[in-house]
Amino acid sequence: MDFNDTPEQAAFRSEARAFLSANATLKSESVVQQETEAEYLVRARAWQKLKAENGWACLNWPTEYGGRASTPMERIIWGQEEGKFEVPTGPYAIGLGMCGPTMIAYASEEQKREHLPIMASGERIWCQLFSEPSAGSDLANLRTKAVRDGDDWVINGQKIWTSGAHYSDWGILVTRSDPTQLKHKGLTFFFLDMKSPGVEVKPIKQISGASNFNEIYFTDVRIPDAQRLGAVGEGWKVSITTLMNERLAVGNAGGPDVPDLLRLAATTDIDGEPALNNAAVREKIATWHCQRSGLKYTNYRTISALSRGGVPGPENSITKVVSAAKQQDLASFAMDLMDMGGILREDVEDKFLNSYMGAPGYRIAGGTDEILRNIIAERVLGLPQDIRLDKQVPFNEVPQSS
Amino acid sequence: MNFEFSDDQNLLREQAQGFLQSKCPLETVRAVLEGDQAYDTALWKGITEMGWTATTIPEAYGGIGLGHLELCVLAEELGRSLAPVPFSSSVYLATEVLLMCANEAQKQAWLPGLADGSIIGTFAIAEGGKAPSRHNIETRVADDRISGCKIPVPDGDVADFSVVLACDGDQHSLFLVDLKDPGVTKRVLKSIDPSRSYAELNFDSAGAELLGEAGAGFALTDALFDRAAILFAFEQVGGAHASLEMAKAYALERYAFGRPIASFQAIKHKLADMYIALTLAHSNCYYGAWALSTDASELSLAAATARVSATEAFHECSKENIQTHGGMGFTWEFNCHLYYRRAKALALNLGSLTRWKDKLVTQLEESNKLANTN
Ligand SMILES: Cc1cc2nc3c(=O)[nH]c(=O)nc-3n(C[C@H](O)[C@H](O)[C@H](O)COP(=O)(O)OP(=O)(O)OC[C@H]3O[C@@H](n4cnc5c(N)ncnc54)[C@H](O)[C@@H]3O)c2cc1C
Repeated sequence: MDFNDTPEQAAFRSEARAFLSANATLKSESVVQQETEAEYLVRARAWQKLKAENGWACLNWPTEYGGRASTPMERIIWGQEEGKFEVPTGPYAIGLGMCGPTMIAYASEEQKREHLPIMASGERIWCQLFSEPSAGSDLANLRTKAVRDGDDWVINGQKIWTSGAHYSDWGILVTRSDPTQLKHKGLTFFFLDMKSPGVEVKPIKQISGASNFNEIYFTDVRIPDAQRLGAVGEGWKVSITTLMNERLAVGNAGGPDVPDLLRLAATTDIDGEPALNNAAVREKIATWHCQRSGLKYTNYRTISALSRGGVPGPENSITKVVSAAKQQDLASFAMDLMDMGGILREDVEDKFLNSYMGAPGYRIAGGTDEILRNIIAERVLGLPQDIRLDKQVPFNEVPQSS
Repeated sequence: MNFEFSDDQNLLREQAQGFLQSKCPLETVRAVLEGDQAYDTALWKGITEMGWTATTIPEAYGGIGLGHLELCVLAEELGRSLAPVPFSSSVYLATEVLLMCANEAQKQAWLPGLADGSIIGTFAIAEGGKAPSRHNIETRVADDRISGCKIPVPDGDVADFSVVLACDGDQHSLFLVDLKDPGVTKRVLKSIDPSRSYAELNFDSAGAELLGEAGAGFALTDALFDRAAILFAFEQVGGAHASLEMAKAYALERYAFGRPIASFQAIKHKLADMYIALTLAHSNCYYGAWALSTDASELSLAAATARVSATEAFHECSKENIQTHGGMGFTWEFNCHLYYRRAKALALNLGSLTRWKDKLVTQLEESNKLANTN
């Protein structure tokens, strides 16, 4: 057991740090800036481009697709170092974390060479068109129709909750091509240009007031059969590849954490004394620190297993379950420390308020708390699945919400 | 970077598991719980013959000179099996403190016996239902004679010697006390976990020899408890894991409403939460093991983190194991309470959870690197 870098890793880390210090600001030194989404996107595109030009984009991808062919350990080191800096990576999380790896697994060589390098350099942003009004946790319940017509497929239906669709250039899409098959059969997977005729994107306003996800309507959208990923009827299998990568991509909830709370508690007073001296405050901080530290070292153990050739297992679901709840509770507690002042949005500490308003979404996106606990119970502990009413009958006979 | 135990260490774990499965089934634990013996002598003999008590003691003093990672591996397995032996007192406390601060003569005198198991040692600090502090320690030493009362002392009834924290004029120091001294009387105590033994030690002008620097009593105790906390945390994680396994096995075989209770989501999510608590604690223990084996500067923070999360994990897993068993879990006959008892005893043996949480935050305050850690 050795938590220290090997000489090669140390060299890699200092190279990463040198690049980051030269080009970005440490989180601890940055000030929150008010900016529009458009301004944020400009910054995000510039940052991704700069990373790509300097060999820091998509570290684990093969070099011919714009990556660096790094080891899992180097990828983690980069993640640790980049995580210390205030950098705009959000718009690329889904594309690079989930769409890219799915393309690497299923697209043709020519398609990979065409799409992946400009994905890595940030020129094109991708989104994930999976969820539908009647298909969220139960993703395989999706209904968006795909009908074969010559060399094309014709798509009709609706997707929902698609993050970033309003600024995305391309997307990955799972559809139902045969409703007379069993629910998990009869699905077919594609990638498509979001500017294809018949694609309509309508932003949805979230509880925070911002609009980062969308409804997408498909009206006779034509997708060439060449843009199918996996065999006809094998869309579920391809989706699983995406979802496996989602486990890695949507890890830690982020947002203000224990160090931020410590700083706040040291500067807020309770009855003439720093809140940090208060036993109840200390108790909370200790509990969240243990979760934070436990997740950090669980992640290190996962990485150790990965570097020995393992695959990311369902154990990883822990990260999201724990960090999303922590994010929510910690933000709520920080606002509580500010007493009546916590009500105000104008307050300098409004990163806690933002976190408070964002956390509910994090507990839902990419697998809800409940679904992730099911996954842990069934796939890690080997407990039986729920009794299901949708497994043995053709999809068009499965009971549905009215 | 590598966060796994080595192949050799895992081999040691397999050997330990095999040995404990055959020599320490839960019937052995129950026999000590229900009987009058302080510990299982046959198991203890087996453990000492395997050399586990000699793990970290240098060869010069009759030990085998392995590192603390090996000891962490053994601790996890001893915790898993709820081994009813004085291992923790003799090894994590007495041996550790001697290795930390004994002089050459003291090492020569005690370590070889600790290594081969012919001597059992312990550490005495508590004086009843209060957190020991500079303000309330009443045991005193003057002219190499100790007087006062320590309660409870783990394995105090069977130990041959104890290291004792006592007032020494206007300061506090550690002292070595031979418990065969006529000035020492022992009284066996009832405790929440009768599968382990606790005693009251009364000192009436018994011989006491300074251990470590005069006046360093609390500093040495803190340093010792940091180290011991990590070893105990491995025991706690072992016990938590065993509780989860027991709950899982029962949930799979017990039927209600025509199906295994393991198929009910309330039970599944309960077990998932136990698994989560266990995993976080286990990972914090890994970090602690690393800090302990390398004497890292963040040892105190790593210890408090491992301690708090392992204490909480064992509590969660042992109480929810009872819940998963329904009425059966509440019976003396079922083994659920063995874990529930041990969980609470381990949660208190180095000071309360509240105190460790406070200590953890103090460590966070002291490490000013926070802003840049991830
Ligand atoms: C911020 C955000 C961003 C998102 N981005 C995307 C995106 O980019 N692309 C995309 O395709 N989707 C996206 N989603 C959709 C997300 O994947 C779904 O919202 C999620 O899977 C839950 O599905 P649902 O909303 O239909 O809720 P439902 O599935 O209807 O769940 C409602 C409640 O029922 C519970 N529930 C459902 N099934 C079970 C069960 N078997 N056991 C126990 N409880 C159950 C759920 O846990 C939840 O509490 C996003 C969602 C959010 C909030």
